Amino acid sequence: MDLIVEVTIFVLAAFVGFEVISKVPTTLHTPLMSQTNAIHGIVMLGGLIVVGFGDDALEYTIGVIAIAFGTINIVGGFMVTDRMLGMFARKPRKESGDS
Amino acid sequence: MIAGVLEPGGDASVLLYIVSFSLFIFGVRRGTHPTTAKQGNLIAAIGMAIAVATTLLLDGIGNWGLIVGGLAIGTAVGVVASIRVQMTQMPQMVALYNGVGGGAVALIAWSEIRHGITEIDEGILTELPLETLVPVLFSAVVGSVSFWGSNVAFAKLQDLIPTRPLAVPGQQVINALLLVGIVAACIVIGVNNDDIPEPLFIGVLIAAAALGNLVVLPIGGADMPVVISLLNAFTGLAAAAAGFALDNVALIVAGTLVGSSGTILTLEMATAMNRSVAHILFAGFGGAPAGAAGDGEERPHTSIGAQDAAIKLAYADSVVIVPGYGLAVAQAQHAVKELADELEKHGVEVNYAIHPVAGRMPGHMNVLLAEADVPYEKLREMDEINPELPRTDVAVVIGANDVTNPAAKNDPDSPIAGMPIIEVHEAQEVIVIKRSLSPGFAGIDNDLFYEPNTSMLFADAKQAAADIASEVEGL
Repeated sequence: MDLIVEVTIFVLAAFVGFEVISKVPTTLHTPLMSQTNAIHGIVMLGGLIVVGFGDDALEYTIGVIAIAFGTINIVGGFMVTDRMLGMFARKPRKESGDS
Repeated sequence: MIAGVLEPGGDASVLLYIVSFSLFIFGVRRGTHPTTAKQGNLIAAIGMAIAVATTLLLDGIGNWGLIVGGLAIGTAVGVVASIRVQMTQMPQMVALYNGVGGGAVALIAWSEIRHGITEIDEGILTELPLETLVPVLFSAVVGSVSFWGSNVAFAKLQDLIPTRPLAVPGQQVINALLLVGIVAACIVIGVNNDDIPEPLFIGVLIAAAALGNLVVLPIGGADMPVVISLLNAFTGLAAAAAGFALDNVALIVAGTLVGSSGTILTLEMATAMNRSVAHILFAGFGGAPAGAAGDGEERPHTSIGAQDAAIKLAYADSVVIVPGYGLAVAQAQHAVKELADELEKHGVEVNYAIHPVAGRMPGHMNVLLAEADVPYEKLREMDEINPELPRTDVAVVIGANDVTNPAAKNDPDSPIAGMPIIEVHEAQEVIVIKRSLSPGFAGIDNDLFYEPNTSMLFADAKQAAADIASEVEGL
């Protein structure tokens, strides 16, 4: 892909990120941090590519550790977020405001 | 094994990546409202599954044994850890997950460098182009800082190392030198991009590791949530940089999304704590007045037992409970809820005052009390409850310390000066349930304990709450 195209995507994504998070109640700071934390585990794809197309033993080793690390980040991150948010879901009365 | 059906970089795979990052954006958007947050998390997780599946279906992917092994280990560890972790340990869990993410980025950067060196040796490339090398170096440095910084944050929150700020003399100078050294080494690597010195690159990884340790070690435990959030944003940017190196649009968008939303979240958190990010990173707690703690002088305080506390509470009209991290540690949320139920039977109005950083992270205490089925509307935010405190008969501080310290308001020289507090000292009477008079996270003495209207109940939070509840029941 063209570098300029990538930079364009980067800049637009940065603005999307700023826009998406607006006035989050403090209650949700922790789960939201945990959820975005899980999302950056996507770097694990890099590990898949490294191992999948790799060519030396050290690279394989590094790649497998990267895959394991990234997977912990993804799986653990999403599950922990789900557990935290599950605690809120059990509250007896729901928020009256619509999303 | 499975034949690759998607051409790497082809339209089909890129389209699937676009679907995946759209789900991330949508998921995070849903995550900002209490009613839709759980669903948003699920949507983002589906996006992640699509991204992983797409990559596995790329034509030419091999070494399935290794890939499946890595995925299996990671899944097993992630599942077991997230099921077994207690709600009280959530902050350090997030730190740990963030750390492994950062570690993955740094390792991928290293293997990209090795890959580049191999291709140059084999004559496939004459040089590693800067548009690949620069993002690789960036993700190596930031990933390494994030890995080590997060691990230190984890160790502090898990009490493996002291939560008090640990400062090395000349700290700022050492950090600055490390940073200059890292940048210089990266420039040398960039200039020699036709013959990359791998040992120098490893040196960069190690220097970044030292920097990650040194930056986070001096930061006090109370500021740790903001630091974890900041490192989270860093890891996001490092992942985006890896996306530039690997020409992967999903990585670029997802990483950038986390980087920018994480930055906003960090600033919001810091604002909620009335601290600036720069102040947290470069000043920390500590400094001269910290010596106020632990000089051993006995100050007069009033100590009471469960029975007296029960009488004070049962005959009050309004009670405000101020829960803190000690409550979480003692797993006392259920016992406290039962105490509140008993008091309500006696016609006492009970509310909970939630400091923005009660527990160890914004929202942490809400999660714990929700776990004990405390109605959401009884959890009152600091700004809302503070004006009501002078009209409150009894404020019960359970396992909270620094967030109730009047020194934050009254003593401009205090290390926590300016930190917003729950103004319990304004209440008619205060009962503090705590194991001892020892200082809290900030490592400073709490003037509240020595106020004339404060009674100290020295006990484990859970035991004390249960004892008081049974005394109230008998009244």
